[in-house]
Amino acid sequence: MKRASDPQALKEIRKEAEREWLEMLNGDLPLICTGLSTCGISAKACEIQTAIESLLQEQGVAFRSMKVGCLGLCYAEPLIYIKMPNWPLVCYGHLSQDNSAMLVESALNNKINNINHLILGSIDLPEIKASPVPGLPSIWDHPMIKPQVRIAMRNCGLIDPENILHYIARGGYSALTRALTMEPEAVIDEVNISGLRGRGGAGFPTATKWEFCRRAKGEEKYLICNADEGDPGAFMDRSILEGDPHAVLEGMLIAAQAIGCHKGYIYCRAEYPLALRRLEIALREARELSLLGNDILGSGLNFDISIKEGAGAFVCGEETALMASIEGRRGMPRTRPPFPANSGLWGKPTNINNVETLANLPHIINQGGKWYSTFGVGRSRGTKTLALAGAVRRPGLIEVPMGMTLRQIVFEIGGGIPGDRACKGVLTGGPSGGCIPSSSLDVAVDYESLTEKGSIMGSGSMIIIDEGTCIVDLARFFLNFTQAESCGKCTPCRIGTRQMLAILEKISRGEAVIEDISRLEGLADAVKKGSLCGLGATAPNPILTTLKYFRGEFEEHILNRICPSLVCRNLIAFSIDQERCKGCGKCQESCPAGAISGDIKEAHVIDQYACIKCGACLAACPEKFSAVVNRADGKGVVPCT
Amino acid sequence: MQMMTGIEERVRAISESLPEKDGALIPLLQRVQCDQGYLSPSAVEAVAEELGLSESSVYGVATFYAEFKLLRPGRHHIKVCLGTSCYLRGGRDLLGHLCRKLGIVPGSTSEDGKFSLETVACLGCCSRSPTMAIDDIIHGDLSVAEADSILAGLD
Repeated sequence: MKRASDPQALKEIRKEAEREWLEMLNGDLPLICTGLSTCGISAKACEIQTAIESLLQEQGVAFRSMKVGCLGLCYAEPLIYIKMPNWPLVCYGHLSQDNSAMLVESALNNKINNINHLILGSIDLPEIKASPVPGLPSIWDHPMIKPQVRIAMRNCGLIDPENILHYIARGGYSALTRALTMEPEAVIDEVNISGLRGRGGAGFPTATKWEFCRRAKGEEKYLICNADEGDPGAFMDRSILEGDPHAVLEGMLIAAQAIGCHKGYIYCRAEYPLALRRLEIALREARELSLLGNDILGSGLNFDISIKEGAGAFVCGEETALMASIEGRRGMPRTRPPFPANSGLWGKPTNINNVETLANLPHIINQGGKWYSTFGVGRSRGTKTLALAGAVRRPGLIEVPMGMTLRQIVFEIGGGIPGDRACKGVLTGGPSGGCIPSSSLDVAVDYESLTEKGSIMGSGSMIIIDEGTCIVDLARFFLNFTQAESCGKCTPCRIGTRQMLAILEKISRGEAVIEDISRLEGLADAVKKGSLCGLGATAPNPILTTLKYFRGEFEEHILNRICPSLVCRNLIAFSIDQERCKGCGKCQESCPAGAISGDIKEAHVIDQYACIKCGACLAACPEKFSAVVNRADGKGVVPCT
Repeated sequence: MQMMTGIEERVRAISESLPEKDGALIPLLQRVQCDQGYLSPSAVEAVAEELGLSESSVYGVATFYAEFKLLRPGRHHIKVCLGTSCYLRGGRDLLGHLCRKLGIVPGSTSEDGKFSLETVACLGCCSRSPTMAIDDIIHGDLSVAEADSILAGLD
């Protein structure tokens, strides 16, 4: 392959890449794109792709096939886009083995009226040539996509992440060319003007961080991309790495030029095997084109990147713990100063940026910091990717300008709460964040406003909860996580998280006294103030926000021994309504504990002492009878052993 | 002693294939585990010998990170996701069901050596929760019945 030995050579490669890209999009052959990221694959996208492509082969239809990353419409997965010659590229969702034959039949004959229910919209890219199709909606008008501004996710779901030429055809590595003609200080200035802050959670201004490291003494400096997305509920970094890995590599190259680094690491968690594989391919492709290595684009910049696989520790998202892990040690944080900018990896000046932060950089350099700063509010400039999950109609990945309200995100983009349940709140920032109640949904999603509410932006995970979620159980869940993930180095975190968890377990078992709430608050304060790193300092956040907004629910558990959401197992009882039960025996069959007795066509009974409260009987009871009920009235409730 | 020689040679070969020698302990443990299925006491001893570390430092690292297994896993390894979204959307019931069905608790292997079970905090596939991964293939939107039929299809 040709090498991009200088900007002119890259220009020629781009010309060729554009030609191939346009030929694929606008050529004579039908194009079949399959959304093959982890979420798509888990929805059986590979099987659907095989089914569709073999149908085409059977019919003797020649076609081109392409894999793409995640467009963010995860709720509709698996997704397939089909482009017939002169037609728009149409995105279809909710595919299955049952409807794929109909899809092929209708799409091949351009009779999409038959499959209207599968259409999500036409993916209108400026480079696609197609005659307009009346009645076909544009994907950009889809309610989940319309309010979005996609900068970090610009290419996600649109290009083949395993083909560097697609990235180059869509303008890739042009920002690097530009940055290499600029003075490093000018690059840092541009980033400073953009107002970009660290997207990993802390929100520290990126340009300031770079400046510290640039000024640090030492010839050898390291750049680390933090892809250790350990926050449960967050999957934006995975999506970017799986959908557009070169955006991250180009971001790293720009940062390396600005700071003066020659060696980079990507620290990616082992739970993301596909992201790791695509990163390896991207690195190999970039090296083949000489976009990594020595004298990049003839500028004199030498820079290469190695991948370090994380081994599963949440605390390694913390900078100093991450560096300890790269050095091959237990991932335990250390006190700062010295800051990594002065003494980081192997004692050398080191700069660490998150995946999303880096993926924004090419666009900031190309379109200017001023352009980027037109999005957002106050000190939170630009966009933020958010992972929507939990009790929401349209879970998926979105990128919105900061300052949008939580209500707009949950109801307009996410489509609201499924079923007839009410929204109880939104968990932002994962185990380090908190729970914003539904009464505060008009809060703007930016760093400052979320902090004011007692939560944090964090990496951008948003888990929507409905009234079926018990707040005490939720706080217990988070503390169970942070307690297990505490590295154990400092006492407040090691013992404090364990004690807070013990109190929460007591509350959910119905064994607590009302003074336990003030004990919990006291401990939370001590752990917040006394912990060495962010994990401990933020671990009490879920407790503090839930106590602030849902105190009544804690009191209900303690004073009345009632779990209003019917979740805490020691406070609920399953029983069978003797009037409604028709004795079908389904519950008895489903009960793993053998706790249900009764003859066929006679009302059944649950032995409360044998019941393990798994809920299998409730799920098994036919809806027309609805005889099994879950109660929390405190009567005849027997604790689980 | 024959086996010891085998594992030592294997560890040496893996170590020599590592692209970088700096911070080699974790990548070496990862590759040895990938090769052997888990980190046996003799594998840990061989890694310590190869890198000139004490066995206790190797165990210190191996027990710190969730990825490392010190017990032999089953022929099929099940990871049930208990990230926030999966936990709230049925992951806990799924785990309870699998524990009862297989007669094991997370972190152990069924008596016939067929299945081992562990919980993980987030497979990063929250939009399709509840999820589990079997032999690193992620299954999403799972009901208990679907999980059963996936397990039934495995040898």
